Amino acid sequence: MSTMTETKKPAKLKVDNNGSLGSRVFDALNVIVLVALALITVLPLLYVLAGSLANEAEISTRPFFLWPHKIVTEAYEYIFATPTFVRALVTTVVVTAVGMVVQVLLTFTMAYPLAKRYLPGRTLVLNLVIFTMVFSGGMIPTYLVVRDLGLLDSYWALILPLAINPFYLIIVKSFFQELPQALEEAARIDGCNEMGVFFKIVLPLSKPIIATFSLFYAVAIWNDYMSPLLYLSDPNKWTLQILVRQLTNTDAAAALSQMDRTWVPPEQGLKFAVVVIATLPILFFYPFLQKHFAKGVLIGGVKE
Amino acid sequence: MATDLATPPSKAAPKAKKRRADKVPLRTAVLRYRWLYLMLVPGLAYFVLFKYLPMYGVTIAFQDFVPFLGYSGSPWVGLKHFEELFAGPDFGRLMFNTLFLALLHIVVVFPAPIIVALLLNELRLNILKRSIQSLIYIPHFLSWTIVASLTYVLFAADFGVLSGWMRDLLGDTAKIDYMAQEEWFRPLIILQQLWKMTGWGTIIYLAALAGVDPNLYEAARMDGAGRFRQLWHVTLPAIRPTVVVMAILASGNLLDTGFEQIWLMTTSLNRSVADVFDTYVYYAGIQNGAISYSTAVGLFKGVAGVILIFGSNWLAKRLGQRGLF
Repeated sequence: MSTMTETKKPAKLKVDNNGSLGSRVFDALNVIVLVALALITVLPLLYVLAGSLANEAEISTRPFFLWPHKIVTEAYEYIFATPTFVRALVTTVVVTAVGMVVQVLLTFTMAYPLAKRYLPGRTLVLNLVIFTMVFSGGMIPTYLVVRDLGLLDSYWALILPLAINPFYLIIVKSFFQELPQALEEAARIDGCNEMGVFFKIVLPLSKPIIATFSLFYAVAIWNDYMSPLLYLSDPNKWTLQILVRQLTNTDAAAALSQMDRTWVPPEQGLKFAVVVIATLPILFFYPFLQKHFAKGVLIGGVKE
Repeated sequence: MATDLATPPSKAAPKAKKRRADKVPLRTAVLRYRWLYLMLVPGLAYFVLFKYLPMYGVTIAFQDFVPFLGYSGSPWVGLKHFEELFAGPDFGRLMFNTLFLALLHIVVVFPAPIIVALLLNELRLNILKRSIQSLIYIPHFLSWTIVASLTYVLFAADFGVLSGWMRDLLGDTAKIDYMAQEEWFRPLIILQQLWKMTGWGTIIYLAALAGVDPNLYEAARMDGAGRFRQLWHVTLPAIRPTVVVMAILASGNLLDTGFEQIWLMTTSLNRSVADVFDTYVYYAGIQNGAISYSTAVGLFKGVAGVILIFGSNWLAKRLGQRGLF
């Protein structure tokens, strides 16, 4: 209680500084509007979480709730006992982990030489990269390349076509440009080649930014729906996002029951639970993400 | 010896080097910077394989592509597929749907983060400001499949939360299947975009707002400016360059309705309003196998995007703003 009044005091003092009645009314309205906005953002998520822990009867009778009368874990038990779900979950986790490592490695190794202003040909490569931000061959030509490389129905199709995000590449390059050169010089004098400098000096200095982009890349692969839709036709290889779609879309659910005769149309609680499972890992990492992302976005914005 | 060659020029040198970079014989440069070039190879291979090869691949838009004959063997047909697209029955509908969504996006979704950032900027309680920010950033990280599922949970005819409330309010006649109704497609798409993008979009504007010199506000107050006039004369001019850059980027993406969101919200019942270029390419190319035709559709969209981004950049400069490039 006492902490609450303490935090309020300085704010009130400020209001008094500036204090016409209109100004105060605006402040009050402003708080209401913004709090409402925050609630609109999180309430649907909280409802889905509550619904995933409620029984079928409660979901169909109560229109909206944030706390189930009786907490049941049936939906989750069912999910973790069903091979289709478990397979999709394991697949998604593995593809995300491997993909993240590949993407970060490729992005950072390419960004390092591009950060060296004295490197002949650097501008040409940078322009080639920037052009891909403006124009792309499009869905079908990319699909044909993936097919010609024999990547259809391979998990690599979810990783390699997205291996380097040009925006991230430019941001990492800018970051490298701002690193102090003295350490690199010292390592070179000690007989390190550029590759050694990169792995022994530069990467250890870049831990926070590596963490940031690892998470960005991981979120992108975890959330990717288009790549599995395009490149994976084997239902056994489905990822979590495809499964979420199949469950919450009635057209798709019907298609699924035609394909798999043992398939029983899911109950609402189950749909909620799948959404929660597909969301939770991201929300788990969110606090770590939040620490860095603003910086990432801003460097990108400034250097654009 | 080797280290000597690998040593890049010292600090003073880069400027001079940069100017004369072209004059260094290629072989010397490659030898001296071989490790750096080696590190460039994997990334370059990626861009060549997955970005530039597809760009070369757009040539099939001018062919009747037969996979068996390949890029070089397929017969050339000139602009046949483009004529088919422009004269065909789908083009008008695709253009209308795409532009309608783009217009709604610019009018409703684009200004939303600016307004919210301005409101957040006026909040005096820092804890409250930071908590609200943390919450409204979340949807940016959730996938479109999750967003579509939440929409379903809220708007499904039989058990959706909001459709239930509407029924309670208006009686059983108000039982609307929002997800299937044509007239609800666009409002739902815009609602989704607002929910997912507004919070995240505020970051860049908040940064611009944080950079405003507090002395300017002080001076404005001395001149007797109230909060609204401070907003009008100090805050808004301060974020105008950011708004311009974001507007250029947005207009470059005018035809980019985004594949995933639209595809996930398209049902067999709302195709007439839902079909846009992005999803049409998928239907035509992947589902119906019209590879050359759908490539032509994609190429049309891509070229239009390039023209739009350069055009709006030019326009911004003409209007006296700093452009993107």
